[in-house]
Amino acid sequence: MDEKTVSIEVDGKPVEARAGQMLIDVTDRIGIYVPRFCYHGKLSVAANCRMCLVDVERAPKPLPACATPVTDGMKVSTRSARAISAQKATMEFLLINHPLDCPICDQGGECELQDLALGFGRGVSRYTEKKRVVADKNLGPLVSTDMTRCIHCTRCVRFGQEITGIQELGAVGRSEHMEIGTYIEQSVDHELSGNIIDLCPVGALNNKPYRFSARAWEMAVRPMISPHDCAGSNLYGHVLRGTLKRVVPRENEAINETWIADRDRYSCHGIYTEDRLNVPMIKRDREWLEVTWQEALASAAEAIAGAVADEGDGLGILASPGSTLAELYLLQRMAAGLGTAHLDHRLRRTDFRDQQADPVWPWLGSSIAGLEQLEGILLVGSNLRTEVPILAHRVRKAALAGADVGFVNPCDYEYLFDSAFVEAPFADFTRSLAGVLAAAAEDLDKPAPEHVAEAVSGAVVEAEHRAAARVLLGKERTLVLLGHIAQRHPRFADIRVLAAALAELVGGQLGYLPESANSVGAALAGCLPHRGIGGTAAQAAGYDVHGMLSSPRRGYILFGIEPDRDMAESELAEAALMSADAVVGFTAYVNDALLECADVLLPIGTFAETAGTYVNAEGAWQSFDAAADPVGDARPGWRVLRVLGNALGLADFDYRSAADVRDALRRELGEAPPPDNSYRGSLSIAALEPVDVDPAVLDVPIYAVDAVVRRSEPLQETVLGRARDESEEPLAASAS
Amino acid sequence: MSARAFTPELSAQVCAEIDRWVGKFPAGRQRSAVLAALHAVQHENGGYLTPELMNAVADYLEMPPIQVYEIATFYSMFETKPVGRHSISVCTNISCMLRGADDIVAHIENRLGIRTGESTPDGRFYLKQEEECLAACCGAPMMMVDHRYYENLTPAAVDEVLDGLD
Repeated sequence: MDEKTVSIEVDGKPVEARAGQMLIDVTDRIGIYVPRFCYHGKLSVAANCRMCLVDVERAPKPLPACATPVTDGMKVSTRSARAISAQKATMEFLLINHPLDCPICDQGGECELQDLALGFGRGVSRYTEKKRVVADKNLGPLVSTDMTRCIHCTRCVRFGQEITGIQELGAVGRSEHMEIGTYIEQSVDHELSGNIIDLCPVGALNNKPYRFSARAWEMAVRPMISPHDCAGSNLYGHVLRGTLKRVVPRENEAINETWIADRDRYSCHGIYTEDRLNVPMIKRDREWLEVTWQEALASAAEAIAGAVADEGDGLGILASPGSTLAELYLLQRMAAGLGTAHLDHRLRRTDFRDQQADPVWPWLGSSIAGLEQLEGILLVGSNLRTEVPILAHRVRKAALAGADVGFVNPCDYEYLFDSAFVEAPFADFTRSLAGVLAAAAEDLDKPAPEHVAEAVSGAVVEAEHRAAARVLLGKERTLVLLGHIAQRHPRFADIRVLAAALAELVGGQLGYLPESANSVGAALAGCLPHRGIGGTAAQAAGYDVHGMLSSPRRGYILFGIEPDRDMAESELAEAALMSADAVVGFTAYVNDALLECADVLLPIGTFAETAGTYVNAEGAWQSFDAAADPVGDARPGWRVLRVLGNALGLADFDYRSAADVRDALRRELGEAPPPDNSYRGSLSIAALEPVDVDPAVLDVPIYAVDAVVRRSEPLQETVLGRARDESEEPLAASAS
Repeated sequence: MSARAFTPELSAQVCAEIDRWVGKFPAGRQRSAVLAALHAVQHENGGYLTPELMNAVADYLEMPPIQVYEIATFYSMFETKPVGRHSISVCTNISCMLRGADDIVAHIENRLGIRTGESTPDGRFYLKQEEECLAACCGAPMMMVDHRYYENLTPAAVDEVLDGLD
């Protein structure tokens, strides 16, 4: 790349710029605004709206700033009479066919066309002929269309082509008859598709579930963090009188750039549902009664005290990994105060054999933005697009930039870029992974570490294994990333040993894709049976999730969990919870399974209704305030825990805010433990026998990951959401 | 991948024709042959394209179907709705217009009982809206029927041509 700098002059100001850079990038950098519709920093240059015409000295006509590379000595005027007249003329043409129906348009008040029409449009239209009418398209349940408003900037088309990698929209027809659409009726199905709403500079593509429900200027804007995956995408919630109406991206180049997944955008429609728990409830003689907070907390305290009466050992605490840091820390302190070590957040994990070798906080092994700089990425057991859509986009960018990417997966999930693929059947996953390790060892002519030597010698090496190994070989910056399928696998310990050996052999990093928004935070807060805060070893290890359920406890605390949907071993959980004397559920929703097994239900707020902190996959602590008012009598979870702690007579449970709790944890952590995924265990594996696996437990559908998402109707109506129902039918049949 | 409409197989003959065109472009640029491919498919299908055929071309040339739809709807040489099997285009550009093209169009419309842009109900004729000069001004007025040019037209000459079609 030519890094030569050139000197140009913009509006009389001398500016240094990189040769070949587009003029609009230079003017943006120095804060001179040039109007635009089709230009977008993350998309290719189309130069078809002509709004950014500027006056360049010695050029015969005004030039589009988005498609004019700077050259030495260039003199540009963005505000000369010629530039302004060109911009005004373009504006007039763009408005010829635009309906100007701003009063009934959701985009009104936040519309680039409206803003620029104010700046560059005439007060009165000179156009008296008929306007063009374009039929609306049905793009599915997420994006509404008013195609008459379209100005053909093609940002949505380029988004499909360049960002998602699957072009669903196109420009059909020509000249006066050109329309943006799909030609044959088809929905836009990619998991990032909602971003075309933000890209659309006019009101042609809008948020369908939000349609006509508020006006932009009535709503308060509140920063939020996505609770649905480990990326921690930055969001803005738009809140009308205490109700979260919609969610849009908050730009953060290091995490989500300018995009968010549809799951983050539309999950807010799962917050205000009929089955929200509005008041505390207790069960008396198999009847549920609505009670006051005082009564409910007293019942809860009594139930918990009963379970820990003789020794703390009788109580098990299960927490959702999507809980906030404050909540997880308070749960940890509560467990310690009550004298139980049975505390876990790893609800979908089933193999705990080698848990002592888990990192203090299992992290991605790379910064999120750093994924793009990697030369080789091998994903082991990951349906990445459904697990963490935003990271799938980063991996795709890395692949397009030349990185080699490989997958060791049970199925060949579609990835929209070239990648190596090793088929590792669910039941026989380790054998395929051992094949890749053997191929790498063979190529490097180095022996595999001793504790896996036997497994490697028994592996069959075929062309696909060699291709996957080559993804990592001979490169400096490589990553072996353990996905959700791997971590939920009943042979996870074996898979991890093999993956760690592979990473070590090729000199790469080992990475974990954390299960949920705050899995990393849960590990740091010590919400684990075998470790305390900051990864300190527990004096006596408690039961993990599986242990707690297979050796039933007298009492359980369930924090933010639907036991039938959020756990790998839901049947075992049902049996254990039913047999317990007391189950206290902290939940935002009423759910049949909870009604069946619990004795006290305490209504807590969803992610939108509580302040808190999430620690994402790269270890970034991101704090947020409550965006919306809690529904009914629900209260933020940390607050309920704090009061319950007092009711239980636990010491030092007086906190004034979620931030106070977080700071207390931070003080206790002291120097935060550095990220370190290196494997120091020595689990020796020999046999690579197939195991019984339920694929539905390992590969959780994209819109089934947590209680809020499962209740978002628009998401459930998408092709991806409906696929979930279909995949569940045979399961339901076999369970009955 | 979302459920897509049924995608038929292309005939061996059409595939051979597409391959011939693919061969003219550098490796990996096979989609450059899309125009030729659409011509071949349209010709074999009696003069028009269907979404299924366009999907087949997209599959064959490894490109997103929407890009094939874009191209097929952009160029006036492609028909994306069913039309009559004989395509009649009368040039109405300036030279032909001055030499009486409008009368020729009126004659054909009366004879076939259809307006420009329509097909006869029996599926024999399609009177195409011609958008541009067909570059035979020296023989104006002229028309193109099934890719053949007929020049110096009179109503009688038109009748003779149309009578000769099946």
